[in-house]
Amino acid sequence: MATLTLENVKKTFGKTEVIHGVDIDVADGEFIVIVGPSGCGKSTLLRMVAGLESVSEGEVRINGARVNEKEPMERDIAMVFQNYALYPHMSVFDNMAYGLKIAKTPKPEIAERVAQAAKMLQLEPYLQRRPRELSGGQRQRVAMGRAIVRKPAVFLFDEPLSNLDAKLRVQMRLEIKQLQRELGVTALYVTHDQVEAMTLADRMIVMNGGRADQIGAPLEVYANPATDFVAGFIGSPPTNFLEASSLGIADGQQSRIGIRPEHMILTARGAGRLDGHVLYTEALGAETLVHVRSSAGDTLTIRQDGAAPTPPEGTDISVAWDETQQMFFDAEGRRS
Amino acid sequence: MTAPQTSPAARRRPPPDGMVERRGRAYWLTHLGLIIGVAFIFFPIWLAFVASTVSQPEIVRPPMPLLPGDQFFANYREALFSGINAPVALMLLNSGIMAIGIAVGKIVISLLSAFAIVYFNFPLRRLFFWLIFLTLMLPVEVRIVPTYEVAANFGMLNSYSGLIFPLIASATATFLFRQFFMTVPDELAEAARVDGAKPMRFFWDILLPMSRTNIAALFVILFIYGWNQYLWPLLITTDPSMNTIVMGIKQMFPSGDDTANWPVIMATSILAMIPPVIVVISMQRLFIRGLVDSEK
Ligand SMILES: Nc1ncnc2c1ncn2[C@@H]1O[C@H](COP(=O)(O)OP(=O)(O)OP(=O)(O)O)[C@@H](O)[C@H]1O
Ligand SMILES: [Mg+2]
Repeated sequence: MATLTLENVKKTFGKTEVIHGVDIDVADGEFIVIVGPSGCGKSTLLRMVAGLESVSEGEVRINGARVNEKEPMERDIAMVFQNYALYPHMSVFDNMAYGLKIAKTPKPEIAERVAQAAKMLQLEPYLQRRPRELSGGQRQRVAMGRAIVRKPAVFLFDEPLSNLDAKLRVQMRLEIKQLQRELGVTALYVTHDQVEAMTLADRMIVMNGGRADQIGAPLEVYANPATDFVAGFIGSPPTNFLEASSLGIADGQQSRIGIRPEHMILTARGAGRLDGHVLYTEALGAETLVHVRSSAGDTLTIRQDGAAPTPPEGTDISVAWDETQQMFFDAEGRRS
Repeated sequence: MTAPQTSPAARRRPPPDGMVERRGRAYWLTHLGLIIGVAFIFFPIWLAFVASTVSQPEIVRPPMPLLPGDQFFANYREALFSGINAPVALMLLNSGIMAIGIAVGKIVISLLSAFAIVYFNFPLRRLFFWLIFLTLMLPVEVRIVPTYEVAANFGMLNSYSGLIFPLIASATATFLFRQFFMTVPDELAEAARVDGAKPMRFFWDILLPMSRTNIAALFVILFIYGWNQYLWPLLITTDPSMNTIVMGIKQMFPSGDDTANWPVIMATSILAMIPPVIVVISMQRLFIRGLVDSEK
């Protein structure tokens, strides 16, 4: 039960600054996802909150109290690592109990809390096993169990699902979300997978090269991206970008236009705003992705219903869209 | 539910067929070769054993006996409880204390120094590492005179501390533990930190148990190293009651025209072999595991 505040948090390694000042207020019980491409500083930001990395500038506050100088353990946080980081020589029970043991929690209480967590995570049959005798998904659960038993104020996850196969990832994603709701605990979750970000987040932070490009609810970010980076990163397939000048609507301010693939439709040659030909199509069942090369040379992706007729490759077509769906970006990539 | 854990035995698959055809004549030839090899190595030991069970006149009169005699108990009793310079039982005890002291001391020191070098960022860390590493080039024999001088000044002649301490520093073991610690994922240390473990707690609760097969393997090697020390005990102990067994055997050879009491000397040799063998056999499984595979 806690709030978390980052105020102009910066991080420098030696002389290079990798986080250029991030601000966010996380409400109690909120699920925040930090998403961004590899190397943008997601883990670094999370580790500063955890206390595993010192804060170069700015302030991290948990429940209003500055924690910059505190050890991880005193911050009342728990962390789930990407490779689980379970103690290999300890049983599942001992793995989960270790933190409590160090905190000198009475034995009966440890047993009770671990039992409770094990029940929640369906780990009861495995309590006496070693981590290497578990599957990846089970190890992941143990790592979460280790975090849960401490009853932390803030949960921190660093790409906890990236070592799992696709199917298990979807399942664990749901479980994490459920668990967080059930426990009502504040969570900070790092991922590079935008689907994970969209499905898990109450609000998400889209990071780009050490900056928070946008902070907002997933649908809000999707519908209303603040920068061309966000528009390109969130959503799959990504937003199509066109030079405003090539459409003849440039007025100095607007240098690029972004249009989501689902907002474009194919029409007969000459009937749309942009002429081109079909490069190739990908039928995914429920939907079909049509890749088009415009006469100006841009490659566009159009998403249409799986039942809609698909033009064969090489067909000359036109692409149309509703003007209200156009997103304008200025030369710096910001929305204009 | 998924399959329950397989037992270690079931997990260990039989080795694949080797490169050599394992049937027919080759099979017997291989074994013949091995038997000859074993016999070749074992024969001197057998002779020593035979010599330790016969009486003095029987040994010196040719031909040499090849079958055990009837003096087994008499010879071993004499060796163990009176010996020639000092009772062998006492020398065994001295050797045991020295070998265990050296092995344990080396392991403790090198564990701690490897822990410091890998997990702490202190000034001149690399310098210290290289200093330790440099001592690899300075085995006891090379620095024996100054070391003797120091030990003598500390009044450590004829004492267990004199036998043990100068041999304890170990670059090899430090280096081995350093390599092992570097393979331990950083996240493990971080997870422990988040769990609230202070560095020494992390060392005790996590690093040490994870190193146990390495420790066992090193213990075997270092015990034998300590047991077989010859030059240093020879130098530092003058009192027969502080003799170790390996140097004691040599001391038993008579000087001048006295006749050597070969049965007792041989009994002593056989006795000197037993403790290392026991250590190797009893720690064999851990030892091999420590050398071949690392804990996941
Ligand atoms: N200890 C360090 N010393 C110097 N630079 C570092 C250090 N740790 C991280 N960096 C740099 O900081 C930047 C951000 O790293 P970070 O690990 O936070 O990325 P990330 O967003 O988590 O990426 P990924 O998705 O690949 O995990 C990277 O450019 C990286 O090179
Ligand atoms: Mg990362």
